[in-house]
Amino acid sequence: MKPVANLSPEPRVVGKRARRIEDPSLLRGQGRYVDDVPAEHALEVAFVRSPLAHALITRVDLTAARAHPGVAAVYTAADLAPILTHPRMPFGFPTDALPRNTTPWVLAIDEVAHVGEPIVMVVADTRAIAEDAAGLVEIDYESLPVVSDPRTALQPDSPRVRRELSSNVLQHYHVNYGDVNAAFASAPRVFTEHFWQHRGLASSIECRGLFARPDPATNVLTVWSSTQMSHELFRILSEALALDENTLRVIAPEVGGGFGGKFMAYCDEVATVAAAMLLGRPVKWVEDRREHFVGTIHERDQFWALEAAVDAEGHLLGVRGRMVHDHGAYTPQATNVAYNSASSVTGPYMVPHYDLEVFVVHTNMTPVAPVRGAGYPQAAFAMERMMDRIAQGLGLDRAEVRLRNLVPTAKMPYTKPLKNRAGAPVTLDSGDYAACQDIALKAIDRAGFAARQAAALAQGRYIGLGLAHCVKPTGRGPYETAVVRVQPSGRVSIYTGALAMGQGLKTTLAIVCAEQLGVDLDSIDVMAGDTSLNALGMGGFASRQTIMAGSAVHVASLEVREKALKVASHLLEAAAEDLELRDGRVQIAGVPGKGIKLAEIARKLRGSPGYSMPGGVSPGLEADSMYQADIQCYANACHACEVEVDIHTGETRILRYIAVQDSGRLVNPATAEGQVHGGIVHGIGNTLFEWMRFDEEGQPLTTTFADYLLTTATELPMIEVIFHESPSPLNPLGVKGIGEAATLPVAPALVSAIEDALGPFGVKVNDATLSPVSVLSLLRGAAQAAAQA
Amino acid sequence: MKLPPLDYALPRSLDEAIALLSESEGQAKLLAGGQSLMPTLAFRLATPALLIDLAAIPGLDRIEITAAGVRLGARVRWVDIEQSEPLRTAHPLLVAAMAHVAHYQIRNRGTVGGSLAHADPAAEWPGLCVTCDAIIEVIGPAGSRLIEAGAFFSGPLSTHLAEAEIITSITLPAWPRGRRWGFQEFSRRRGDFALAGIALHYDTDAAGRVLDPHIGVIGACHSPHRLRAAEQAISGQVLDDVLIEACAQAGSAEVDPPTDLHGSARYRRALVHAMLSRALQQA
Ligand SMILES: Cc1cc2nc3c(=O)[nH]c(=O)nc-3n(C[C@H](O)[C@H](O)[C@H](O)COP(=O)(O)OP(=O)(O)OC[C@H]3O[C@@H](n4cnc5c(N)ncnc54)[C@H](O)[C@@H]3O)c2cc1C
Repeated sequence: MKPVANLSPEPRVVGKRARRIEDPSLLRGQGRYVDDVPAEHALEVAFVRSPLAHALITRVDLTAARAHPGVAAVYTAADLAPILTHPRMPFGFPTDALPRNTTPWVLAIDEVAHVGEPIVMVVADTRAIAEDAAGLVEIDYESLPVVSDPRTALQPDSPRVRRELSSNVLQHYHVNYGDVNAAFASAPRVFTEHFWQHRGLASSIECRGLFARPDPATNVLTVWSSTQMSHELFRILSEALALDENTLRVIAPEVGGGFGGKFMAYCDEVATVAAAMLLGRPVKWVEDRREHFVGTIHERDQFWALEAAVDAEGHLLGVRGRMVHDHGAYTPQATNVAYNSASSVTGPYMVPHYDLEVFVVHTNMTPVAPVRGAGYPQAAFAMERMMDRIAQGLGLDRAEVRLRNLVPTAKMPYTKPLKNRAGAPVTLDSGDYAACQDIALKAIDRAGFAARQAAALAQGRYIGLGLAHCVKPTGRGPYETAVVRVQPSGRVSIYTGALAMGQGLKTTLAIVCAEQLGVDLDSIDVMAGDTSLNALGMGGFASRQTIMAGSAVHVASLEVREKALKVASHLLEAAAEDLELRDGRVQIAGVPGKGIKLAEIARKLRGSPGYSMPGGVSPGLEADSMYQADIQCYANACHACEVEVDIHTGETRILRYIAVQDSGRLVNPATAEGQVHGGIVHGIGNTLFEWMRFDEEGQPLTTTFADYLLTTATELPMIEVIFHESPSPLNPLGVKGIGEAATLPVAPALVSAIEDALGPFGVKVNDATLSPVSVLSLLRGAAQAAAQA
Repeated sequence: MKLPPLDYALPRSLDEAIALLSESEGQAKLLAGGQSLMPTLAFRLATPALLIDLAAIPGLDRIEITAAGVRLGARVRWVDIEQSEPLRTAHPLLVAAMAHVAHYQIRNRGTVGGSLAHADPAAEWPGLCVTCDAIIEVIGPAGSRLIEAGAFFSGPLSTHLAEAEIITSITLPAWPRGRRWGFQEFSRRRGDFALAGIALHYDTDAAGRVLDPHIGVIGACHSPHRLRAAEQAISGQVLDDVLIEACAQAGSAEVDPPTDLHGSARYRRALVHAMLSRALQQA
């Protein structure tokens, strides 16, 4: 790749608060989500899903369902087999590391391994009829032993999650460097803790959904999907259904949130497209919330045993431990959650020796894959809890212990002896972690806290202060695509393989483009996630899009700009250095009247038969870029909060919440702040409200929003966001990811605050998910322990 | 999550509704605000053949305040109570409890009749009716009858309402001037059903002694009921911190809470203690 010019240090558009270009149509109710795509004469799908966590299917009778009026077809795995290349799902983002028999079945054949696994598909005139007919499908099951706890699942004598497995342990590995045991052997102090961690669901407002429309006129099958990755879905559909690439188009329309839940292709999606192909008719499946709870991935339990070795001053000498990760019944998409956790424990700290033993274990529950944060929050929780323990154990201040171990700016870029998935070293590229802590502590008035806490205590109120750090690698590669085209109408089109799912991506990309082309945001249209417009693309995940797609748009915009200048210089007979792009024109700097519209240049660059291109440039006022990067840049955050715990109800109320975040340069502070707010709310939910529960029989217990609690506005404090900007040297915009880094410190900050509030009772909190019920039982436990002592 | 196939009727009178109900032989469901019924249908936990919408029956939406008390038609909605100026003085406890009922969209549709018939043990209004000695008027093929709220519920989500009976109104006895009251509940999030809640009122004599205390529990019970031991603990006494604690202990000892996903019996008992003590402090 040729070197790319960096964004100017004093940009005109980048960094100003901008209104989202997405909002006018969304606010007018004109947003078009999958279920809004006109679907006349479309059939609708309902699935019969397994009611049992593990069973053999001994009999399926479709007679009554098929005879039901309004039913077009009822399919089992056998019915789909003729058009599937394989009865199982292809791998998403394939790697060589996993066995073929780990992905889910498109439809279950003779064994089901979790509640919610699709078995039979009913296609009917309406979803209501399809549900009626689904109720008429008769299936007999023979129960098999259920494995619902990954800790017992990894015992050699445990029943198997699926009969085809010889062990429930999918992966067993160490992530390590240095000589950790030697470090522990000579360490003055060692701290040991056990943590239970749980994240829950992605809970996008819009559930998943797919509409497949075969078009005999063009022979193209168009698929609209509420997905975070239309290009990968394209590949999987063409692989699973042997579709010639020229006969398939995948479009992501408006997407009502992803948060990880839509970062893979699912069996129900492949089945729906298969039905459209078999019937030669448009077929739609829109997931309802009940399906979402069991059919869309979760991030569930991790059990950690962690040890930290320190010297007498609290400097870390080594960290070691063991982690058991609940992976669910199948592997629909890689095993990166556990690996992300294991490889990021040391976070912003200098840890000379490290070793974590990891077990990725199958259970008879919904498959596990990344939810916003993707394993990193669990690592941050474990490490931040250890930092508090070290402070308590050594009688040191929590902030001071962190300061002693944080990677100082002077050591940046700081390379850890670890490799990421691409084999690239883990390098903290930039940031000032100590400064962020300082800002956070000042903002929360740490100095005045002791007095506030004492005053509250005098009134019988228990308040506590929490503090936590994180770093998050952002901008996952290897590439993202963008085409920037000035149309003869004067409007600018951006086409990208990135995916807009509610974060304001279109506005962000438009800002990056407007910076170079000198056009209004309103004159830019962004088309994201349509496989007919970009041949390649990766999509939306891992806090990557502003970095990867933003840089791609930057590169393409620079090229368009250069071209426009060259042509204008030719047409205006002026030196390119004397020209500027402003208000949709190229003009002689300081002489507003004299210039040429970009639209005019675009028209000229479409060419006229027999005439050469003006200025000798290539045709079209457009540029196509593929921005590549293997090394991720590290965003960091430091959160401080104050909570009050009601010792009679166990309720935690957040009094103040301060988030200091460094995401490098901000393209649009308004949407950046929105991302931080969202990340924190997600973290609050994970800590205080959300808990995807199952019983021992693998039955999900929380399958409505009355039982699975999301944070609502009334439970939220004002969130105070302070940005500290250390531009990343790794991309031309100097940006870093935002939305996930904001989630990582929340659980450790809140739990730290809750523990601090309950200090008078000597309560220790090691669970990342904490209901009022568990707070009261912790208090009871502490009281009993005190009575015994 | 689509409704099962069903018919819909919009009767113009109670007589017509009763006739439809009796003819349906248990296959019909009354529809008021739909806030509890519609999810039940969407989940297909109930599959009635006919919905009889009460929306067009005149008079059921009236709030009447007389010397005898407050009379609410069965179709009075939470929002009507919340926004009624006269009710603020005619029944301050009722108005205060409304702030805890669901969210405003639901308060715009949910009705007092629907809530009683639905009989959720964690709902505020049924608890309030039991606490305040409300009289429920129902009408059926055999005419109308009055039921004391305390004898209306037979367990979680079940009542002594006969198959073809319709709730028409609820009367709360008059609220004397100077009556003390408290309402406290604990729910995970604002608007959620209560894990435990206490409604109470009492009067006082010239010496400040508690007269005729009424203390009712919601959430930590199978249906709402009065806490007689707790009432006994304060009756005839002047309240102080010691007495409040004794009363809260008596109340939490006499409840028989369920254990479910959201809290164990033991946890709910602790909540009853906290809510009762706070409600007495509030009063
Ligand atoms: C998200 C959510 C949160 C909620 N939170 C709370 C809360 O915190 N507290 C609370 O109290 N409630 C809560 N509710 C319930 C709400 O208040 C309901 O509206 C109420 O319980 C039922 O009233 P409805 O008018 O909607 O009845 P419907 O749903 O229409 O009917 C409920 C039942 O009553 C029957 N019925 C209705 N009217 C009559 C009548 N006149 N005579 C005989 N039977 C009748 C119906 O046939 C049905 O069986 C919540 C509901 C939702 C959806």
